[in-house]
Amino acid sequence: MSGTAREAMEFDVVVVGGGPSGLAAAIRLKQLAPEASVCLLEKGGEIGAHILSGAVIETRALDELIPDWKEKGAPLRTPATEDRMLFLWKKRSVSLPTPPQMHNTGNYIVSLGEVCRWLAAQAEELGVEIYPGFAAAELLEEDGRVVGVATGDMGIGRNGEPGPNHAPGMELRASYTLFAEGCRGSLAKQLMQRFGLREGVDPQTYGLGIKELWEIPKERHRPGLIQHTMGWPLDKHTYGGSWLYHFGDNLVSYGFVVGLDYRNTWLSPFDEMQRLKNHPAVRRHLEGGKRLSYGARALSEGGLQSVPRLSFPGGLLIGDTAGFLNVPKIKGTHTAMKSGMLAAEAVAEALEKGRPAEPRSFTRRVRRSWLWDELRRARNVRPAFARYGQLGGFIYSAVDTVLLRGRAPWTLHHPHTDHAVLEPADAAAPIAYPKPDGKLTFDKLSSVFLSNTNHEEDQPVHLRLRDPGRWRTVNWDRFRSPESRYCPAGVYEVPDPDAPELRINAQNCVHCKTCDIKDPTENIDWSAPEGGGGPNYPVGM
Amino acid sequence: MKLLVPVKRVIDYNVKPRVKADNSGVETAGVKMSMNPFDEIAVEEAVRLKEKGVATEIVVVSVGAAQAADTLRTAMAMGADRAILVQAEEAPEPLAVAKILRALVEREQPRLVLMGKQAIDDDMNATGQMLAGLLGWGQGTFASKIEAGGDALSVTREVDGGLETISLVLPAIVTVDLRLNEPRYASLPNIMKARKKPLETIAAAGLGVDVAPRLQTLRVVEPPERKAGIRVGSVAELVNKLRDEARVI
Amino acid sequence: MTVLVLLDHADGAVSQASRSAVAAAGRLGEVHGLVAGDGVAAVAEAAARIQGLSRVLVADAEAFAHSLPEPLAALLQSLSGAYDHVLAPATATGKNVLPRLAALLDVQPVSEVVAIEGPDTFVRPIYAGSALATVRSGDAKKLLTIRAAAFDPAPAEGGTATVEAATLPADLPAPARFVSAELSRSERPDLSSARVVVSGGRGMGSGENFSLLAPIADSLGAAIGASRAAVDAGYVPNDYQVGQTGKIVAPELYLAVGISGAIQHLAGMKDSKIIVAVNKDAEAPIFAVADYGLVGDLFTVLPELQAELNKTA
Ligand SMILES: Cc1cc2nc3c(=O)[nH]c(=O)nc-3n(C[C@H](O)[C@H](O)[C@H](O)COP(=O)(O)OP(=O)(O)OC[C@H]3O[C@@H](n4cnc5c(N)ncnc54)[C@H](O)[C@@H]3O)c2cc1C
Ligand code: SF4
Repeated sequence: MSGTAREAMEFDVVVVGGGPSGLAAAIRLKQLAPEASVCLLEKGGEIGAHILSGAVIETRALDELIPDWKEKGAPLRTPATEDRMLFLWKKRSVSLPTPPQMHNTGNYIVSLGEVCRWLAAQAEELGVEIYPGFAAAELLEEDGRVVGVATGDMGIGRNGEPGPNHAPGMELRASYTLFAEGCRGSLAKQLMQRFGLREGVDPQTYGLGIKELWEIPKERHRPGLIQHTMGWPLDKHTYGGSWLYHFGDNLVSYGFVVGLDYRNTWLSPFDEMQRLKNHPAVRRHLEGGKRLSYGARALSEGGLQSVPRLSFPGGLLIGDTAGFLNVPKIKGTHTAMKSGMLAAEAVAEALEKGRPAEPRSFTRRVRRSWLWDELRRARNVRPAFARYGQLGGFIYSAVDTVLLRGRAPWTLHHPHTDHAVLEPADAAAPIAYPKPDGKLTFDKLSSVFLSNTNHEEDQPVHLRLRDPGRWRTVNWDRFRSPESRYCPAGVYEVPDPDAPELRINAQNCVHCKTCDIKDPTENIDWSAPEGGGGPNYPVGM
Repeated sequence: MKLLVPVKRVIDYNVKPRVKADNSGVETAGVKMSMNPFDEIAVEEAVRLKEKGVATEIVVVSVGAAQAADTLRTAMAMGADRAILVQAEEAPEPLAVAKILRALVEREQPRLVLMGKQAIDDDMNATGQMLAGLLGWGQGTFASKIEAGGDALSVTREVDGGLETISLVLPAIVTVDLRLNEPRYASLPNIMKARKKPLETIAAAGLGVDVAPRLQTLRVVEPPERKAGIRVGSVAELVNKLRDEARVI
Repeated sequence: MTVLVLLDHADGAVSQASRSAVAAAGRLGEVHGLVAGDGVAAVAEAAARIQGLSRVLVADAEAFAHSLPEPLAALLQSLSGAYDHVLAPATATGKNVLPRLAALLDVQPVSEVVAIEGPDTFVRPIYAGSALATVRSGDAKKLLTIRAAAFDPAPAEGGTATVEAATLPADLPAPARFVSAELSRSERPDLSSARVVVSGGRGMGSGENFSLLAPIADSLGAAIGASRAAVDAGYVPNDYQVGQTGKIVAPELYLAVGISGAIQHLAGMKDSKIIVAVNKDAEAPIFAVADYGLVGDLFTVLPELQAELNKTA
């Protein structure tokens, strides 16, 4: 955009994204190089506003980063006490043995948004400059090297013209830029293309997690209880399941993950998570409670096979943007933090040693760390589910992880991208979802209401169809608008099926990134809206 | 002329407030907080008065917890020159805030205090009027237009059924309404610069003001949910009901 | 206990909101009213006929013309000695003067009271009506503004109060001067403060069809609003939007036409006193909050409604 009128500021390091990976990187950098100037941008209105996670977390990375986190009052207050793994049929359930990687002794149930707010306070104490409410919207490149990012302009009207309140974006220039945007980062996507970072690795595969935060009657609250389910309501070819964690003051985190390699275009992840609440295994926890918040976020499920090249001239990819999530554990916080810390170590060294263009030692550090070892052991589980279905996958994983301890001499691959596997509407069986009752189950719009999402209305739409014409011929004619079902925020709508036209209610977007991933021809492009827009998840999410 | 602009840190207007389970109040812990939108309008107006050369200095004040410093920084990023944080434990009531502001007015000697007409948390709509009463100054509330000229200020007010214009002798208090202006963004460069602007912190106790609450909150509840009424069969029936039963037409 | 109520008035008549304040005051004790203005003898006579008032004090002086808050607060301060409660309607005048008076009396006022639970215990909305707080005042004197919609107004006729001239304070401050008033000569009232709002949704089908709402709005003296769907579809401009991200309205009558009733819309109008919904989809969520629901095609309902209203007018 208006490159000329922009102000610029120089830093040693700029971090894009204030999740666990970005914050851990910033903290580690200031620990190693207190003199370095470190600036962190976060698109949410405050740190934590866009963080959505389970979350049961391992403390391994935190122990290394801030060994005295307990004394410093880190909000890890609910130790895990009981693990349950259930396989569901429509009315029944059986307990499965908890797979070893899912044992949670020593772990904590947290609100990851709250943990991030606390990490941000630690970072600021060390002198990190944190600017929430500003999205990095543009890469700055000079002579083949990334030299920072620019924030978007504020006050551009829907027509693309500057309004009366127009404030140009700002250039944040740095020797090194760390991209910590989380799953499916919008700038990371550009970087992968620009520098060919995905060459020679499997495509990334994703899941969509939809979450509700509940407050339940005290008598029924069992802090520390962890329950996961597989099976119903998904068919046996679709990867996914629910989680349910009791934590904090009578809070329950309930949610559902669906692998975005699902094939049935009629599937609606939102409605799956709603109808699952009618199952006694879930219902008995939530009944009589009150739903406090709602949100959704995609997660990277490709594991090691899908991790791209991590460095490029001028910067690094860290956290879930790089795909460091341990899928069988459904944990990515400790790995995200560890990757951030290793990146900080690589960058601190590079700052000292003449600032070479590419801080290459990061990849080496990652390969030598427990992070690599852990992801290596877990690498075959997710692809096994894609190949052998829910139970087959479960049995395969037991063999791979228990008998072979992750040392199987083979590696299963992800043959397809998620968007390519969708079956046309006439080849798939429509799914009839029950109506919400307004007490336990809800409709989309009243759910989105609880995400507190908002976007300044008068701004260019941040969800673009690259080729608008293709919507009718592909999305409608072949797939009957899958986006109106997978989008968990009701952004996509076809008001009149007799005269099909796509309406995009961009203000409702909760930044989960699913449309950017799952559109059958990758025709939808998610770009960062005006800073501060998007959900405002309260502490608890 | 020097301007004093009080600003309050409140739950962000995008966030749906949630009543605490024990009915003691509304949950504010861990909820996104921002500057009261009416106060943003007051800051904007102050900055415009400065840009026009009418105002010479803008001092922003907030009474509240330490985190209110963030709100003051935002005001300085919008263009205020310096800030005073009066640190107080619990959010003091409008009467106490007005007394604290009186003490600051005596110290800072502004010619005009510009403030929001109400805070969107307690919706009291009282502090400006009370400060005017305590100081014996004139007040122009619910302003939708302000014009400065010499020793007087012309204020157009939003009143029931229209607008009213008054002329105020300075010094005076003006409280602002929604339509006065559209506040600017605090841009990133300005936020960075605002980190270097002076922010003074004083303890409420140090001002010798009695801030003891006069109101005791017995309970806070959610409003009763609206229930479905009746279905009518025809337009005539509807009009009859509206006329004779509901008496709204 | 005796209560003083500030009666605000316009065009020679006591406002309806003031009569609601009189009704509220009746729950606290004997009620006196104050009429202040310039040449207000007739208003005072009318006030004396409001049911529930036993005495009307009249302050007739030039200083009180236009209800400027500085002299009015001084007058109320000088009269307040005899009263345990001073009430004003939560109108522009009431909200302007009562807190100022409170400061003069060192009292924390209670604004926008919607229920009176006892001599010192009051209910008021906070967070734009998202919660209701019950507060107890520890002040010796209680100062309240009363939200009109929460109390049925005291009848304007049938009372027999005595009328007396109030003793005026010697010194009336005048730091402000009235210049002019510009009352909206109702082409159409402002959406946020209109007594009646007629809103259209996506069901209107097009921008042109919004013209079906205009004559109905005219006969009801209503503002016209819209749902976000209608705004997004380009039927009407942005400033028509009622809802979470648009205007929050609470009129006495809200007529929702072809509006489904998404929660984001409800957030902007659920505090309306009476809600009427017209929708052809009997399952539309708007019916769950409507006092009167009419299932039908708006293109037949609207002309009928207009005819029916013309009949009554
Ligand atoms: C439903 C779900 C359940 C999960 N459960 C668990 C669990 O139980 N345990 C566990 O350990 N992990 C869990 N995870 C994984 C874990 O949440 C993630 O691995 C972790 O949050 C990744 O951290 P991150 O810093 O890489 O990215 P994120 O946490 O996604 O943070 C990225 C941040 O960057 C910001 N950002 C993005 N783009 C920009 C931009 N262009 N400009 C400025 N800011 C930007 C975002 O707003 C966000 O705040 C779960 C994830 C999901 C989705
Ligand atoms: S529009 Fe896309 S990114 Fe936004 S909520 Fe819907 S699917 Fe997620």
